[in-house]
Amino acid sequence: MLIFTCPYCGIAAEETELTPGGEAHLKRYGPGSSDDDFEEYLFLRPNAKGVHFERWRHSHGCGKWFLAARDTATLEVFGTYSAQTTEPPAEIVTAIRAKRPDWSPA
Amino acid sequence: MSSRLPQGGRLIDRSTRMAFTFNGTPMTGFRGDTLASALLANGQRLMGRSFKYHRPRGVVTSGAEEPNALVNLGRGDRLEPNQRATTTPLFDGLTARSQNHWPSLEYDIGEVNVALSRFLPAGFYYKTFIHPRVAWKHVFEPFIRQSAGLGKAPKKPDPDRYEHFYAHVDVVIAGAGMAGLQAALVAGRAGLNVLLCEQEGHAGGRLPVDGGMADADGWIEGTVAALAAMPNVTMRLNTQVSGVYDHGYVLAYERIADDAPGSDAPRHRLWRIRARHVIAATGALERPLSFAGNDKPGVMLASALRDYIVNYGVSAGDRTVIVTNNDDAYRTALAIKAAGLDVPCIVDARPEVTGDLPARARAAGIEVKTGMGIAEVRGRKGVTGVRLCRQAGSGVPVEEVACDAVAMSGGWSPVVHLWSHCGGKLTWDDAGAFFRPDHARPPTNQDGAGFVTCLGAADGALVTQDALSNADAMARQVVGALGVKPAAADLPETDSVAEAPLMPVWVMPHGAGPKKRAKMWLDFQNDVKVSDVQLAAQEGFESVEHTKRYTTLGMATDQGKLSNINGLAILAEARGAAIPDVGTTTFRPPYTPISMGAIAGEARGEIFQPLRRTPIHDWHAGRGAYWEPVGYWRRPYCFPQEDESHADAVAREIDATRNGVGLLDASTLGKIIVKGPDAGRFMDMLYTNMMSSLKPGRCRYGLMCNENGFLMDDGVVARLNDDTFLVHTTTGGADHVHAHMEDWLQCEWWDWQVFTANVTEAWAQIAVVGPKARTVLEKLGTGIDLSAEGLPFMAWAEGRIGGFDARVFRISFSGELSFEVAVPASQGLAFWEALMEAGGEFGITPYGTEALHVMRAEKGFIMIGDETDGTVIPQDLGLDWAISKKKDDYLGKRAHERSHMTDPERWKLVGLETVDGSVLPDGSYAIAEGENANGQRNTQGRVTSTYYSPTLGKGIAMGLVLNGPDRMGEVLTFNTTEVPERGGPPKTIEAQIVSPVFYDPEGEKQNV
Repeated sequence: MLIFTCPYCGIAAEETELTPGGEAHLKRYGPGSSDDDFEEYLFLRPNAKGVHFERWRHSHGCGKWFLAARDTATLEVFGTYSAQTTEPPAEIVTAIRAKRPDWSPA
Repeated sequence: MSSRLPQGGRLIDRSTRMAFTFNGTPMTGFRGDTLASALLANGQRLMGRSFKYHRPRGVVTSGAEEPNALVNLGRGDRLEPNQRATTTPLFDGLTARSQNHWPSLEYDIGEVNVALSRFLPAGFYYKTFIHPRVAWKHVFEPFIRQSAGLGKAPKKPDPDRYEHFYAHVDVVIAGAGMAGLQAALVAGRAGLNVLLCEQEGHAGGRLPVDGGMADADGWIEGTVAALAAMPNVTMRLNTQVSGVYDHGYVLAYERIADDAPGSDAPRHRLWRIRARHVIAATGALERPLSFAGNDKPGVMLASALRDYIVNYGVSAGDRTVIVTNNDDAYRTALAIKAAGLDVPCIVDARPEVTGDLPARARAAGIEVKTGMGIAEVRGRKGVTGVRLCRQAGSGVPVEEVACDAVAMSGGWSPVVHLWSHCGGKLTWDDAGAFFRPDHARPPTNQDGAGFVTCLGAADGALVTQDALSNADAMARQVVGALGVKPAAADLPETDSVAEAPLMPVWVMPHGAGPKKRAKMWLDFQNDVKVSDVQLAAQEGFESVEHTKRYTTLGMATDQGKLSNINGLAILAEARGAAIPDVGTTTFRPPYTPISMGAIAGEARGEIFQPLRRTPIHDWHAGRGAYWEPVGYWRRPYCFPQEDESHADAVAREIDATRNGVGLLDASTLGKIIVKGPDAGRFMDMLYTNMMSSLKPGRCRYGLMCNENGFLMDDGVVARLNDDTFLVHTTTGGADHVHAHMEDWLQCEWWDWQVFTANVTEAWAQIAVVGPKARTVLEKLGTGIDLSAEGLPFMAWAEGRIGGFDARVFRISFSGELSFEVAVPASQGLAFWEALMEAGGEFGITPYGTEALHVMRAEKGFIMIGDETDGTVIPQDLGLDWAISKKKDDYLGKRAHERSHMTDPERWKLVGLETVDGSVLPDGSYAIAEGENANGQRNTQGRVTSTYYSPTLGKGIAMGLVLNGPDRMGEVLTFNTTEVPERGGPPKTIEAQIVSPVFYDPEGEKQNV
């Protein structure tokens, strides 16, 4: 059972307090987009083994969505941060690099 | 023959006798006995039958790893199968029955002798029960079910109480043996918050039995007292750390009242622990040796044999042959001698035996036969003797020794389960011939740091002094890693004996032929032999995980605690690979089976899940409502009167509503406020239709799709004022629709100025429905103009009705004149009662969800969850009118453009009427010509809703049908589940495609 610290209310929340929301930083493609772009947005996930950015909602807490950087294989958590970003903030990237020198953002 | 010794037994109290029965036979034991020790004391060595061959089996261990001595414990509603006699504390009145035999334990018809067992090789099921396919259902499976299966499942509800405890600690320590106690001292003195759990009912582990410390009992007692004096240390006996999970989540299983059935205490308790660090001081398990007949009652682990002598004052036999490949088993020989019984010889596979323990055995007059092994165990239901042979040869007997028990020791394996549960890796230790934790690859936590430490014997340090130093040093490391400086060392003196290295022996004798190998058991419970694993290897099973499943090695209730390493070694040898290259199977929690009651805890009966009640719930209950669960709510399905059937009640409720006035408690409908300068823009994205153009004071029915385009919810939106909308959702949809809104607002359109609030429970909402609805509301007295002009269809108004603060929505889900009135929840019941009183003269009738469903179906209104199932889009349901063409975007719009969504062949909504007026079976498919690729009949539609309509006096249904709207009047054939006549064709039913609006298609009734 995972633990994430909610960046809004500061609580180290247990998985049972949280709702998962899949991969983070997806770009939404709406009407007018190509079939390929829309398919990618809706369905295609790399399902990475290793560093992964994902959405969680503190649904049985403050109700806020937040994002987390986590290793899907070792379950190490590199940090949690605001959902109102389109890419991982610099300090999260630094924290990941410190632990995974070989990793680079896609 | 096993028996109680005249003295000894450090755990039993000879002054307190306990009466119990085994297979109906009355027996007695002492307080402190386990069921296994008490049975042995009564001369009962035969305790069960094996799973596959029904072979007679006796107890082989003294602890949690026991594969054989499983019993049905208790009776009636307290019957529990597969209870290990070795971990069942004896109590007065205990009843136990052995398992897996018929007609009796002594004479079992299902017993398969070795000659027959060669027709039941590894993978027997996979090989034999393949063809013909139909035989599986009618022949093979019933046969297997009859003869397989351990124990009997209880038939009555569990009368006992269970509970969950929550704990947050710095360190949880599994095992209060010598290593665990020392670790607890180190961590406790460092001021850390420690939870020490011991699966047995006493601390100290093997130390008092195995020796190694002059005053073991004194040190244990002193240490337990010292820990008890520390406020930061909690110790629980009878509590097994059963599983380690991600990020330091740990489950422990406490057995509180197993020995006191019917007491007030909870029977079991599940500890849900968050620990910064887990210390596994779980010791080691002794391994059997693989020799012919090693499964016969009377062959036991050497350590178990001395446990029974030292702890319980029970001997397993009068003459015990020891067979070993290591020094440790000599302790058993010495214990037997000390108890005044015979050890005719020690059979040691090692060609040369020196060292301290063998010297002591020799000094005690015990003959040591070196380089020897057991060729065969004599006896059928119990050991009568052994034939000895050279370990190096093929097993030609050189002598026979009469005996009634055999103590075997193949070495020890550290218990690494808790290390492995979260992915800790193992390394092979050549000297000890076991897997131990690889310190470089521990299971890691959220910080990427190791969070489990094995210490003492669990880390591979098997000799007392080594184990103690290891435990102390490792515990200091843990304390340091948690940021605390450990106190000065304080280690007790040991007098531990150096031990000579063991010699790995996986098959005894080394050159045993196929006949012997087919009598060497690896997995005692599942009847897996050396020959089975070799056969699997021959047949190409290289992976240890595949071999496990093919042979069922290690798949019994003991999960391979005894058989694992021996089986791996055989597989490695057969493949010509090294043991570490073959690897182990995965250790998964729980360590031993835990009760379902403990897992459920308090969540049973009324508190299994929360129950949501509307303000009018108790009134419904008082009127005998028949409940329907809807999410966490209970809604009245109907209100049957006296002897009325549910169908009659529904018909009466509909009739009263269509011809007079009915009342529906609609409080469960979701009510969400969407407010802010960008509320209109947001509502346009949420709904397929245009909501921003809705005027204050008006209502609009809307459809909500997810980004995949599928219909997820529907409901009526009311615009409260310029920047505020009130969204009505389905009863089950309120929470996830609200979550859906928040998701888009927080994660996609976070710069939009919108707030949402779920106010579902703030309001009671009552639908007043029927031709007399207006009259009833007006009779209550209101300042709101409820006339057709003052409050037209799809309008809403705010004001007072009968002294209540109310919002009136002129909306209808029944096709009748209908007002949904919302009042503050606190006034809901009073308002309901006022309506009932005012409506009395018009025959006002409360109605339930079934009347609601029938009336909406008569009108052709869709129901989320009936007409939709997550694959249906609004266009399928003829709801194109509710999809805006003007909007650039809404959730689901892009998906609706996908080729599959625009496919003209999608099944579409129609009404269905059976030709004979009967009710179509729910879920029926309209069958089409031909078969699909799987040989199944093709279909061209399915029934989504089906009811008897009392208004129309016939069955009505809705369904999705291929090109349905273009096929009005056509008759389709639907399948049914009715049993056909013998040899006859499957029963079908015919129905005609009609408009889904069965009643008042012009809407004259609702627009009055």
